Amino acid sequence: MSSLPRWVLIPALLGGLFVLLPLMAMALRVHWTHFGELITSESSLAALRLSLQTSAASAALCVLCGVPMSLLLARSEFRGLSLLRSLVLIPLVLPPVVGGIALLYTFGRQGLLGGHLEVLGLQIAFSTTAVVLAQTFVALPFLVISLEGALRTAGTRYEAAAASLGARPSRVLLRVTLPLVMPALLSGTVLSFARALGEFGATITFAGSLQGTTRTLPLEIYLQRESDPEAAVALSFVLMIVAVAVIAVARRRVPS
Amino acid sequence: MIRHARLIAAAAGITLLATGCGAAEEAGRPVTLHLFAAASLQEPFEELGEQFESEHEGVDVEFNFAGSSTLVEQIRQGAPADVFASANTSTMDTLVEAGLQGADPVDFAANTLMIAVPRGNPADVADLQSLTAEDLNLVVCAAEVPCGAATETVEEATGLEFAPVSEEQSVTDVLNKVTSGEADAGLVYVTDVRTAGDAVEGIEFAEAASAVNTYPITTVGDAANAELGQEFVELVTGKTGQEILAGHGFDAP
Repeated sequence: MSSLPRWVLIPALLGGLFVLLPLMAMALRVHWTHFGELITSESSLAALRLSLQTSAASAALCVLCGVPMSLLLARSEFRGLSLLRSLVLIPLVLPPVVGGIALLYTFGRQGLLGGHLEVLGLQIAFSTTAVVLAQTFVALPFLVISLEGALRTAGTRYEAAAASLGARPSRVLLRVTLPLVMPALLSGTVLSFARALGEFGATITFAGSLQGTTRTLPLEIYLQRESDPEAAVALSFVLMIVAVAVIAVARRRVPS
Repeated sequence: MIRHARLIAAAAGITLLATGCGAAEEAGRPVTLHLFAAASLQEPFEELGEQFESEHEGVDVEFNFAGSSTLVEQIRQGAPADVFASANTSTMDTLVEAGLQGADPVDFAANTLMIAVPRGNPADVADLQSLTAEDLNLVVCAAEVPCGAATETVEEATGLEFAPVSEEQSVTDVLNKVTSGEADAGLVYVTDVRTAGDAVEGIEFAEAASAVNTYPITTVGDAANAELGQEFVELVTGKTGQEILAGHGFDAP
């Protein structure tokens, strides 16, 4: 800290204010007398429950697919690797609505795969599955990017040592590589969970909006804004608290 | 002394010139009229805006089309609006309750619901009754927005109970689900079916008359261009406005 020039403090403080002030301004707008009833209404609770469930499912899917993806990106060498990495990270910079449209043309009833899935009796459109798909689509790069970075930083020395001592590749992966990057894996998982929790654009475009099935908390907030701004503010505050709690838990678990 | 007088004259001349320029600039400066209108009014209002601009030299018409509630919220937070046209009376009431209207709102158009189905009507929807079929993907507006409120009124009037697979945020979202073929049917406004063109087919139903949606318009209280705003309101409620609105499928109020 002492080695930093003092002027750094000013833009840093301004930046901090820029993030915190709007959150405070929103907290000031919450009508605390009705807060309890606003957030415990049937539709609010249904939205909160659905959001937590789908975000947890999305985070699990992200780990399931994201860990192998990060391993491949960090440990393999082939032509076109950097291009592949850019492609995988596209959802990070794509507007979520565009992601929703892309998913619609893939899994929708008239989509690339949707038609075939419907023959098998699977309908994804308007189902909770669609919400999980939309959330996973936007959240996956968050896990991949943080885990791949950690894997590259950790290097391959320990893996090489373990292998030279006779450990098979699976054993090296489970006993050496993954424990080394566990903090990054945890924070990446939490990040993808948080991103899934806040997902709006892809969900509303692709999944629709029905209480208890597809209407997650952000969609409920957007809808309540139409008729009951007070409830929308109260729910926004709840979403903010959940986000802060998630980040706090992640920070505590992950030693820096 | 003479030098002094010259200086004064020069100064006076400059002042004159400066004020002269100022006045000229004042007259020539384009005035921007900010019109906030419900999304469903986009096509007829853009036509009316062009007409208004051609009739008023130096006036620029700028539109903000969005959901009526969103617009009211923006006006409450101080967005620069001269005229506000709402897709239903209850949203206009919110503006009036906040004391933000410049004059009493006037009804200028009406819209009714219609069944929209994808081209070719794959689910063979025939009437309102067939929307209750079990395996039909029906999409409607959420009760919180005007088109959803109208849908609820129709349900009450007919005693039918719909089980939609999605309750969308806006009538445009419903229409998109139908045009993309995700939904087998949707309840939207007559004007939306017309806008969608060949992508959807519209099916009228008699019960729509039970839920007529009225569009009111007014100038906004502390508008920068109150007089021009009033003139636009008169254009909309006048003969030309009514003809253009009718041309886009709107009914008279």
